[in-house]
Amino acid sequence: MLILTCPCCGVTAEETEFHGGGEAHIKRFGPGSSDEDFHGYLFEKVNPKGVHFERWRHANGCGKWFHAARCTVTLEVFGTYSAQTTEPPQDIKDKISAKRPGWSWREFA
Amino acid sequence: MSTRLANGGRLLNKGRALDFTFNGKRFKGVEGDTLASALLANDQMMVGRSFKYHRPRGIVASGGEEPNALVGLGEDAKFEPNQRVTTTELFDGLTCTSQNHWPSLEFDIGAVNSKLARFLPAGFYYKTFMFPRPFWKHIYEPFIRQSAGLGKAPRDRDQDSYEHFYAFFDVVVIGGGVAGLQAAKAAGQAGAKVLLMEQTPHWGGRAPVDGGTIDGQPVDNFVDQIVSDLETMENVTLRTRMMGSGVYDHGYVLGYERVSDHQPGAKSPRHRLWRIRAGQIVTATGAIERPISFAGNDVPGVMLASAVRDYAVNYGVSVGDRTVVVTNNDDAYRTAITLKKLGLDVPVIVDARAGGGGALAGEAAALGIRVENGKGIARVKGGKRVEGVEICTQAGEGAALELIKCDAVAMSGGWSPVVHLWSHCGGKLLWDDENAMFRPDGDKAPTGADGKRFVIPAGSADGYLDLATVLENADVAGKAAAEATGYVPGKAEAPVATPETAAPIEAVWMMPQGASIKLRMKAWLDYQNDVKVSDVQLAAREGYESVEHAKRYTTLGMATDQGKLSNINGLAILSDSLSQPIPQTGTTTFRPPYTPISLASIAGEARNETFQPLRKTPMHAWHEENGAYWEPVGAWRRPYCYQKPGETIEEALHREITQTRDSLGMLDASTLGKIIVKGPDAGKFMDMLYTNMMSTLKPGRCRYGLMCNENGFLMDDGVVARLDEDTFLCHTTTGGAENIHGHMEEWLQTEWWDWKVYTANVTEQYAQIGVVGLKSRKVLEKLTDDDIGGDALSFMGWKEITLTGGIPARVFRISFAGELSFELAVPASRGRELWDKLIEAGAEFNVTPYGTEAMHIMRAEKGFIMIGDETDGTVIPQDLGMQWAISKKKEDYLGKRAQERSHMTDPTRWKLVGLETLDGSTLPDGAYATADGTNANGQRNVQGRVTSTYHSPTLGRGIAMGLVLNGPDRMGDVLDFPKVDGTVIKAKIVEPIFYDKDGEKQNV
Amino acid sequence: MKRYSAFAVAREALRYHMGWDRAWASPEPKKKYDVIIVGAGGHGLATAYYLGKNFGITNVAVLEKGWLGGGNTGRNTTIIRSNYLQDSSAAIYEKARGLYETLSQDLNYNIMYSPRGVMMLAQTQHEVRGYERTAHANALQGVATEFISPNRVKELVPIINIDGPRYPVLGALWQPRGGTARHDAVAWGYARACSAMGMDIIQKCEVTGISREGSKVTGVTTNRGDIACDKLGIVVAGHSGHLADMAGFRLPIESVALQALVSEPIKPCMDVVVMANTVHGYMSQSDKGEMVIGGGADGYNNYTQRGSFHHVEETVRALVETFPMISRLKMLRQWGGIVDMTGDRSPILSKTPVEGVFINCGWGTGGFKSIPGSGWGFAELMAKGHSPLTAEFNLDRFKEGRFIDESVAAGVAH
Repeated sequence: MLILTCPCCGVTAEETEFHGGGEAHIKRFGPGSSDEDFHGYLFEKVNPKGVHFERWRHANGCGKWFHAARCTVTLEVFGTYSAQTTEPPQDIKDKISAKRPGWSWREFA
Repeated sequence: MSTRLANGGRLLNKGRALDFTFNGKRFKGVEGDTLASALLANDQMMVGRSFKYHRPRGIVASGGEEPNALVGLGEDAKFEPNQRVTTTELFDGLTCTSQNHWPSLEFDIGAVNSKLARFLPAGFYYKTFMFPRPFWKHIYEPFIRQSAGLGKAPRDRDQDSYEHFYAFFDVVVIGGGVAGLQAAKAAGQAGAKVLLMEQTPHWGGRAPVDGGTIDGQPVDNFVDQIVSDLETMENVTLRTRMMGSGVYDHGYVLGYERVSDHQPGAKSPRHRLWRIRAGQIVTATGAIERPISFAGNDVPGVMLASAVRDYAVNYGVSVGDRTVVVTNNDDAYRTAITLKKLGLDVPVIVDARAGGGGALAGEAAALGIRVENGKGIARVKGGKRVEGVEICTQAGEGAALELIKCDAVAMSGGWSPVVHLWSHCGGKLLWDDENAMFRPDGDKAPTGADGKRFVIPAGSADGYLDLATVLENADVAGKAAAEATGYVPGKAEAPVATPETAAPIEAVWMMPQGASIKLRMKAWLDYQNDVKVSDVQLAAREGYESVEHAKRYTTLGMATDQGKLSNINGLAILSDSLSQPIPQTGTTTFRPPYTPISLASIAGEARNETFQPLRKTPMHAWHEENGAYWEPVGAWRRPYCYQKPGETIEEALHREITQTRDSLGMLDASTLGKIIVKGPDAGKFMDMLYTNMMSTLKPGRCRYGLMCNENGFLMDDGVVARLDEDTFLCHTTTGGAENIHGHMEEWLQTEWWDWKVYTANVTEQYAQIGVVGLKSRKVLEKLTDDDIGGDALSFMGWKEITLTGGIPARVFRISFAGELSFELAVPASRGRELWDKLIEAGAEFNVTPYGTEAMHIMRAEKGFIMIGDETDGTVIPQDLGMQWAISKKKEDYLGKRAQERSHMTDPTRWKLVGLETLDGSTLPDGAYATADGTNANGQRNVQGRVTSTYHSPTLGRGIAMGLVLNGPDRMGDVLDFPKVDGTVIKAKIVEPIFYDKDGEKQNV
Repeated sequence: MKRYSAFAVAREALRYHMGWDRAWASPEPKKKYDVIIVGAGGHGLATAYYLGKNFGITNVAVLEKGWLGGGNTGRNTTIIRSNYLQDSSAAIYEKARGLYETLSQDLNYNIMYSPRGVMMLAQTQHEVRGYERTAHANALQGVATEFISPNRVKELVPIINIDGPRYPVLGALWQPRGGTARHDAVAWGYARACSAMGMDIIQKCEVTGISREGSKVTGVTTNRGDIACDKLGIVVAGHSGHLADMAGFRLPIESVALQALVSEPIKPCMDVVVMANTVHGYMSQSDKGEMVIGGGADGYNNYTQRGSFHHVEETVRALVETFPMISRLKMLRQWGGIVDMTGDRSPILSKTPVEGVFINCGWGTGGFKSIPGSGWGFAELMAKGHSPLTAEFNLDRFKEGRFIDESVAAGVAH
């Protein structure tokens, strides 16, 4: 039973207020993209044992989507942040690096 | 015999006698008794039968760990099977019956299994009952099911009520023994908001029974004092009869409060489930004494030493006149001393340790109790009741040295900390060899949302068994919990108890050490499930070496006590069999709940009408009063049709459709989703959402649109109205509104966040009424002065009008039934008023409200698709011949790229057609059209399927739509649709439109 | 291997059961095998068994990082049914169900297949239509099902409340030969049979890397050394993504928690399996008497084998409403497993971009019921490169947009 803090309205609430939306920071591929790229975009979601960046919606609250950095093994939440970004903010990355030495995400290590 | 003593009983109010019955026998107890103590006080030693061998079973423990003494409690709607007598408070008029026997507790046919036990070892059923094959279902399994199962199934509907509480605390302390009390006090004094819960009705745990002094006073006085201290602290909440049921992620704790189990008939709910968020959890859950495995250790009268002591001190009950004590540690000496001081006979203390005990042993000897060191019990004599024990050398193989007559045996194999709640959420354990126990590994605590530990064990739950260290440890735990939640602990020091010097425990898992197989086959580990030492050893020999394999193969620890008494002993035996140290074997997983909790408490108040929240339109009450036959749609209930008295559903549908088509119908369309999309980039956004071009829609106009998901599949449809340059109103399906709104927001917030668009789900702000049929304009004209003529409001247009009484409305000239029709959207608060006015004004046209089914049929007559019928999550607009709704001009929309994939452009995809049965009958729902031959897996080939099928009252025949291979190119072809009974209906492929093909009626 | 029978039990009883063999051997890994299967759950063991039985391939190792049958095989609610809508699903599940019928005899290990019947309640008009469609499809697929009336539902399950005020029962899809089996026994029975064929089941052996030469697999590295192989089958459910990473490809898989619970045991009161998808719950009664209860999966990636309590609550609420008499029963134990969900919620049984590596995963919430069929088809795929049972379940389907979507019938949970 997770607790998350919605960065949009500031409310810290029960998991039941939220709706998970899967992997965050996905680049959309539309018409004109290759089959590989489109397939990668739509289906090849990362499924890490460890740090995961994911979308959540404060569905039974302010209704806004946001992102969370969460460990799928310990369920630790490193932080939540605005969905209006293409990668996790530096302070979140720093926090994860401090707690999970050697951790990496895409090009960031 | 077991009986009530003249003295003692610290928890009793002997002034108030209570009557109760057991198997119809009338017994007397007193206030403060548990059902267990009351049964023992009445010499009811045998209380049930075991699961597999139907062996006689007596009470073995005094708390929630009790595996044997389960009864059916109460009658009729109050009946509850498998109720533990040790945790059932006695009340006046209680009735209970013993379980798992036939015809009676004393004489049970099933006990023949016990005689056959040798032929029914662990897992015998995996090796037998295989031949002949049909016998499993028809003979073996019914027999096994009937003989297993323990209590009877309740039959009646539960009349009691249950409720949920939500609570938030800095510190939740679980367990109201001296450790929990001290931890709560330490945390409370620091200022933390504290909840302290105790599963029994009494504070203090077992310390008052065990004796000793705290700060120079008897333990009882300390408990009274600290409870009254806590009661005065405003930041501390105290609850008895409330068990910590489970610890879940991020500090979520379930508290199970048995509010009125002890006073049935009270006006309060029976159980209350507390859903608690805790900053820190202190588990002061105590420890549980372990049995010792010796032959006959399951005979009624063999009990845990601590339980014997509890019954004597707390309830003034002596379990036997002559009690033999058998132990591998000092603690059990307390029982001998207690009994002796009460004037009862303790013929011998059998101590497996060659070196004997410490200070307590000296005290026992001083009282004149015989102590035999280095000895064990070879076997217990007796069947339904202990008659004596044979003692032997512990180091030997069980040759009897002496038969000692007794009627009770008090055993202690040491103590296991209650680590369940610590472990539920990932807390790890370490093996403490010195104390022969698993205890919490403080370095591997459960961690919370912040990655920090959130559970702190305290007292004996942390592996400290001596009163002095228990208090010290608990004080530290309470302070640490407060500190972790942001408070500064006070300077007050922990209370001081007199320390004691005990001789160390000696790990003894079996008695005697070299017990023969015959003895081991009689030495129980799991009393309820009948798992013996020999069974675990058999599992190990057969390769079921993992602790989980051994558990599952033998069923050790899988009974209703979840192995509270048996697991450690079992895994020690397993480790021994595998010649590996105990920690290498490990434990099975501890799962919630700590002890079973009622399903009713989990369901809470959700039942019957309140099972789920119900959404109602403003006209809901009218529907109800006018014969609505309801259909659940999402959380709404919509009228499927309105039945007049004496009318069948078919007749109602016929009437609704005919009158709508002939004159005037009305539909409550308020449940349709209504989402506002507004902003300078709204047009651009709408073009991405819909397959159609929406940005070119003119204000004042409507357009039917299709919405696909990014996977290309149709997900929703509806009419879009452009309200002004910046604003669109999107209608969605009833079930889709919330999802579609979420979908829009996801794209806006995670992909196109630079677009200036705002969305709002206004579904419930409006009541929406479809006014449908030839006379629809006429009736509306009675209610408005605004011009709604064909020129002022043409097909697919909308405008704002004012209705009689000043009701502001948007009127949409759209049609889903194929008739002239108007949809009126008015503020929800005026919905019922308008509905009533329309009914009144429409009376002269025989206005007929219709439900969802008539709506479906009329749209099918027109060949309009229905999301969920023609679509099922695998259908794309191209399948439905809706290329007209897919803009060719747009570079992109959600789903466009997906629809370019090879399978989506495959020309052999099934396409939408109409279907007309040759005989005029109605095709069955979901029927498939067969093709020749079978596929590689031997399944009949198919070439199409029915998506919607109805009897059309308008046409007087069956009509259907379906998806068919190359369908649009095969007009006139006849397909075979087999029914489930094998008969075939033939249907011809036609255009998917059956009524008013030229669409003239909507333009009347 | 000593044959199991009542006679054997009696004979051994006279020797106090000292004479039983190990059910399966515990060998050291060899240097090389023809085939390595990673994952000794039901699917992995069944694959090995049919490789041996149907194709004579017995130089096989099954590697297991924990204990065999310790994943979802031993955590599910043991329901077996094949009343699926899509042809390819119905084919593999019906194959499995058919094999279950005689599996006890085939393995000489009583897995207690109990064809007591599985009933899926229709509680909305939409579900009625969905199940009627399934019944039609099943009739053509050779799966015996029928759509039954509320009264028939009540006859089969007297404890059900068919007149609930919110979701009255409108009918049900009934598969009389669906049922349950003893889940652990399925893994144990296959393991024993594999071991008897000379295969090596190696427990506590964790694969830490997959080695290849060019695009072809050559073996695995494990905590017990390097082991070479010609073909590698990955059958590790929730951990598939992790293993695919090692092999160098990605899977359309996400791992989420699925929870279940049991009540305390009571005498028989329900003889069939009942699934109520509208309200999200299903229930059967085990041979021990426990009511075995399950519901929907959690909504986020999770490897903890624990779930959120509100899912348990939702499920229990649904079942107390559907079966009012269970109200006073008590929850004995709740637990969770990690299920691997694909993009269309149907499994993947497929070749992979790495030559010689085959993947069997994505069973989501439907794994147990398919074990024999999955093993049968996957063994054929590994041995021959093609199997009609698995053909549609290949990895390429996502790229092509060719989904096998079972949720279409009525949002059916497995």
